[in-house]
Amino acid sequence: MSVRRLAKVQPASFAFSKETRAKADWWIAKYPAGRQQSAVIPILWLVQKQEGWVSEPAIRAIADLLDMPYIRVLEVATFYTMFMLEPVGSAALIQVCGTTPCMLRGAGDLMKVCKDRIGPKQTLSPDGKFYWEEVECLGACVNAPMAMINDYYFEDLTASDMNQIIDDFAAGKTPERGPRVDRINSAPEGGPLTLTDPKLYDGSAAKPIKKLPNTEPVTA
Amino acid sequence: MAGLLADKDRIFTNLYGLHDWGLEGAKSRGCWNATKDMLDMGRDWLITNVKNSGLRGRGGAGFSTGLKWSFMPKEVKDRPHYLVVNADESEPGTCKDREIMRHDPHLLIEGCLIASFAMQAHACYIYLRGEYVLERERMEAAVKQAYEARLIGKNNVHGWDFDVYIHHGAGAYICGEETALLESLEGKKGQPRLKPPFPAGAGLYGCPTTVNNVESIAVVGTILRRGADWFAGFGRPNNTGTKLMSISGHVNRPCNVEEAMSIPLRQLLEEHCGGVRGGWGNLKAVIPGGVSVPLITREMSEVALMDFDSLREMKSGLGTAAVIVMDNDTDLVKAIARISYFYKHESCGQCTPCREGTGWMWRVLERMAVGEADPSEIDLLLDVAGQVEGHTICALGDAAAWPVQGLIRHFRHEIEDRISDYRSRRANFAGHAIAAE
Repeated sequence: MSVRRLAKVQPASFAFSKETRAKADWWIAKYPAGRQQSAVIPILWLVQKQEGWVSEPAIRAIADLLDMPYIRVLEVATFYTMFMLEPVGSAALIQVCGTTPCMLRGAGDLMKVCKDRIGPKQTLSPDGKFYWEEVECLGACVNAPMAMINDYYFEDLTASDMNQIIDDFAAGKTPERGPRVDRINSAPEGGPLTLTDPKLYDGSAAKPIKKLPNTEPVTA
Repeated sequence: MAGLLADKDRIFTNLYGLHDWGLEGAKSRGCWNATKDMLDMGRDWLITNVKNSGLRGRGGAGFSTGLKWSFMPKEVKDRPHYLVVNADESEPGTCKDREIMRHDPHLLIEGCLIASFAMQAHACYIYLRGEYVLERERMEAAVKQAYEARLIGKNNVHGWDFDVYIHHGAGAYICGEETALLESLEGKKGQPRLKPPFPAGAGLYGCPTTVNNVESIAVVGTILRRGADWFAGFGRPNNTGTKLMSISGHVNRPCNVEEAMSIPLRQLLEEHCGGVRGGWGNLKAVIPGGVSVPLITREMSEVALMDFDSLREMKSGLGTAAVIVMDNDTDLVKAIARISYFYKHESCGQCTPCREGTGWMWRVLERMAVGEADPSEIDLLLDVAGQVEGHTICALGDAAAWPVQGLIRHFRHEIEDRISDYRSRRANFAGHAIAAE
């Protein structure tokens, strides 16, 4: 388990923005009547997008919106590790994957860069622009090592890539996500070795199928 | 040609995202072709054919998908039926469902319709892990396209009212366990439920529910289009079909690839990934199915086939076919200690053996990685792993124990060497006075 607590310093109040509130209603409508509690994780996420983090007044507001006891929202907010319970960097929230597949390919180097440039993990940088942490497997293991930065995946990174990315964010730019080596998504470096047959893409697969296989009537 | 499988026999033809992921592109690659004809054949035909194809669940456990569908009640009574798709892909090493969702989302939506029809469900929830933001945006867009083309929704062209809803989590590995996923989908902490009742009896909101992995659902349309016997023609009996495999770690070119089941592990690594870094002789160990399965040695990797039975005979498992390769430079004890840290971090805290045991195993392994341990602690560690395994509500306890057991089974000598090396560097070793806590 990971022990997670609310921040010591909390804002006095929280209010849903108009957009967040509309989006929250859109989520609530996805679930059957009376099951609005199902929307709690998506709405906590929306609130985090609005404020940058999840505060205690926000938790209460969500509980009121969904007609839930405060403690139920509080326990969801502390259970799920994607909810940031304290303010994070205004320019970039860097989450470096440190689990074994990434570790084998150099996640340690990326974390060293973050530590040198930003400071200790899970601490806001002095200028308030950056915050980094080590997270568990992000599910992009063939593109290791990688990091999630402000929601999107930056893959096949080296220490110098990470330095460059931090420079870019510091300068107010939005660096391009995806792999940083010569590859397309999760295809092998240098180009795909499979899926090269042009017949797959000439539309022949879309021709009407006259008769599906195994559809002969069973004769007794 | 690399590997065993010809391009014409691949299901995920846009695996790398080189082509249009949208509806038009998907249709041109064969998706949504004759879907109505399949539904017209009826539920029994669908379930029988999925059974006959030999498709086994692609989320790790390998249970027959067709059989699982047949556990749903035959008639809809007072409670609606649900299909829930498990897209909470979090097993370290695994990154296959992500490719389906961002590059071939319509195969998944089509599969959802077919599976829901077979189980008489009018609603399907797809539970994505929270970190897959891009994948979620893509899925939402694809679902919107399918609604607009009236492929799904009320009064759609298939004659089965059907809604697909995208839901997401927020970073909890445990929500990949089906009952924890249902708890999470109901807006609670993701703590697994006791079984029975099984989800087919009482699942989401207490209603009959089937939870299937993304890949298991996404292959169904193509299987029915091309025939159960076509799919069953790949791999060995009981291990049939094609499978997405993710190869990470110390290979020259890590990648995802769709391959025939039962492909030799060595062939997979050498033909698709440019081989092990530094050559086959530099291979130390392979974790063949995501971190929860025990590792195998180079000698075993030489003869291992990528299927359920071959790897089970080696006391490992196919899991999600996420191959993690480790070469001779790897500090294996450290690598497994990192896996133990993962389980410590991800334990939901519900069952004592797992909540306490995962942290205990991690702390001992971290000490063993530097050698600061007593040789007798190796057996103690094995004993504790055995006490966690099988004594918890869900399989996370087992998954935490197996990599540790695998390490000790095959590389006990490495830990012993580490300990004696550490001691030899200290003239006055204080004995084994360090407790685990």
